[in-house]
Amino acid sequence: MTEQIIFFIFTLLVLGGGIGIVTTKNLYYSALFLSLTLSGMAGYFVLLNAGFLAAVQVVVYVGAIAILILFAIMLSRRMMTADEPQTNRQTWLAAIVSPLLFVALLVVVLQINWPLSTAAPTGDTLLLLGLSFLGSYVIPFEVISVLLLVALVGAIILARDTSTDTGRKG
Amino acid sequence: MEQLINWFANILENTAWWGLPAQPSAAIIIWSVYGFILALVIAPLAMIVLTWLERKIIARIQDRIGPNRAGPFGLLQAVADAIKMLTKEDITPTGADRIPFNIGPGLAAVAAILIYAVIPVAPGIIGTDLNIGVFYIVAVGSFGVLGILMAGWSSNNKYALLGAFRAVSQLVSYEIPMVLSLITIAVVAGSMSTVTIVDKQSWSNGGWYLVAMPVTFLIFFLSSVAEVGRSPFDLLEADSEIVAGFHVEYSGLKFGMFMIAEYVHALAVAALTATLFLGGWHGFFVEQLMAASPVAGAILGHIYFLLKVGVIVFILMWFRGTLPRFRIDQLLDFGWKFMTPVALLNLLVTAFVVKLFQPAVTGMGYNIPAGPLASFGGVGQTIALLVASLVVAFIASLGVRAFARRSRSQSPLRAVAGIEN
Repeated sequence: MTEQIIFFIFTLLVLGGGIGIVTTKNLYYSALFLSLTLSGMAGYFVLLNAGFLAAVQVVVYVGAIAILILFAIMLSRRMMTADEPQTNRQTWLAAIVSPLLFVALLVVVLQINWPLSTAAPTGDTLLLLGLSFLGSYVIPFEVISVLLLVALVGAIILARDTSTDTGRKG
Repeated sequence: MEQLINWFANILENTAWWGLPAQPSAAIIIWSVYGFILALVIAPLAMIVLTWLERKIIARIQDRIGPNRAGPFGLLQAVADAIKMLTKEDITPTGADRIPFNIGPGLAAVAAILIYAVIPVAPGIIGTDLNIGVFYIVAVGSFGVLGILMAGWSSNNKYALLGAFRAVSQLVSYEIPMVLSLITIAVVAGSMSTVTIVDKQSWSNGGWYLVAMPVTFLIFFLSSVAEVGRSPFDLLEADSEIVAGFHVEYSGLKFGMFMIAEYVHALAVAALTATLFLGGWHGFFVEQLMAASPVAGAILGHIYFLLKVGVIVFILMWFRGTLPRFRIDQLLDFGWKFMTPVALLNLLVTAFVVKLFQPAVTGMGYNIPAGPLASFGGVGQTIALLVASLVVAFIASLGVRAFARRSRSQSPLRAVAGIEN
């Protein structure tokens, strides 16, 4: 009972935030609603006994991505108070593609026979997660690390202003 | 109605929800409730005690007397301040964005208060012992950034906006060395739980982490001070440059919320430093007394913990009373070009040393052999970590020397002083 009520509260946050993101005309509000939705998702992880994932969700999505989006909006002058239209020339295309995607996902979700385990959660999931990352799944883990490093270096190279790059500025 | 009562009884019975064992004894319930209440009450208490303490200490540093009118030693000054703040007019400027403007201060204060949930005050007394303890602290910290950003933007004031810009670039930059130093501790302790980290700092396990990892301590402490935005990192509210930064438009209790957030966060940093590096409640005779009488042991643990927190709080105020403010470019240079590389190097070296001293681990389908030096135990590890830390500090100082030489050779003052290039 308690779990259901908490689940409904988080669902309200996620769905309410999601609706807010697409309906508000102010980009800044959209970003704030996005962080609300992502916080609600973190709540789901807590209910699923995945405390570490919940914290990761908050650190990565609320602490980094939502803040970055907010920052980008704040730095682009015109976006600050403007009433941005939510639609562009591709509205009709989107109206066709998104229901199709929804139906496709729904079919997949309904067709798969999701295995339900009644076993109690293992004691320290965090320990298991760490051992798995550096044990059975060490190669995917390292590949993702390299990928992130490449993305990081690439972002720096793209953002660097080469025309005035003459070493340190006096 | 009956359903409601049943539901409520169900919550109370389902002790797993509160992080308690299935059949808790009365003592465990009382300790847990006490720890929980402590985590809540500490915030207003911190505000009142710290404002008074800060005024007094800074006054002494600046050769003044400080507040001495309200009550003995000016002790009631904080109460007078609180009453003043409560009775002031609550202004929302025209053109402000009402909803974020009102949410911002609360979010900042709550993010600071949430940290206390995982700080062990004495053996067994903690809000909740999360297995992701230190990571949780990083996570709730991001809500504080969000609160400041909301406040700065919704005020519709250029100084507030500048303050918010500075706040975000500073908080995001210094979060990286802070997280790296927290990872270093987690590597050494083998856990992210604050309770385990404190347990690992007992004498038999090798003592305080301050002794083992002075470089990690410095990185953590400095970046935490920057995270709180206190002097010398108080650029986000630099009065002489951007009036008061992100909270310039706030008055009354909403302004008070930001003050609460700042002081509560400062105390949380002190408590965290005491927990992670100064051994938490560990001290002489606590364990012996715990064996004889848990209550007496807990009280002694409180005393040691508060003493350690007090020392750190004093250092924070000492900073404020004596250090000038950084420039924004110096601040970001220091964060990205010095703290982050040193923290990375420190993490690498520490992980290497810990691997050498690691005892054998079996279980969960894994069989990790012991490190080659595992027989030296916790004390040996502490000595090795200290040596490694000093090596890292030496390398870092070489970097600083190279930087200082280069900036001196490019200084325009050379021409003034008549030095040939």
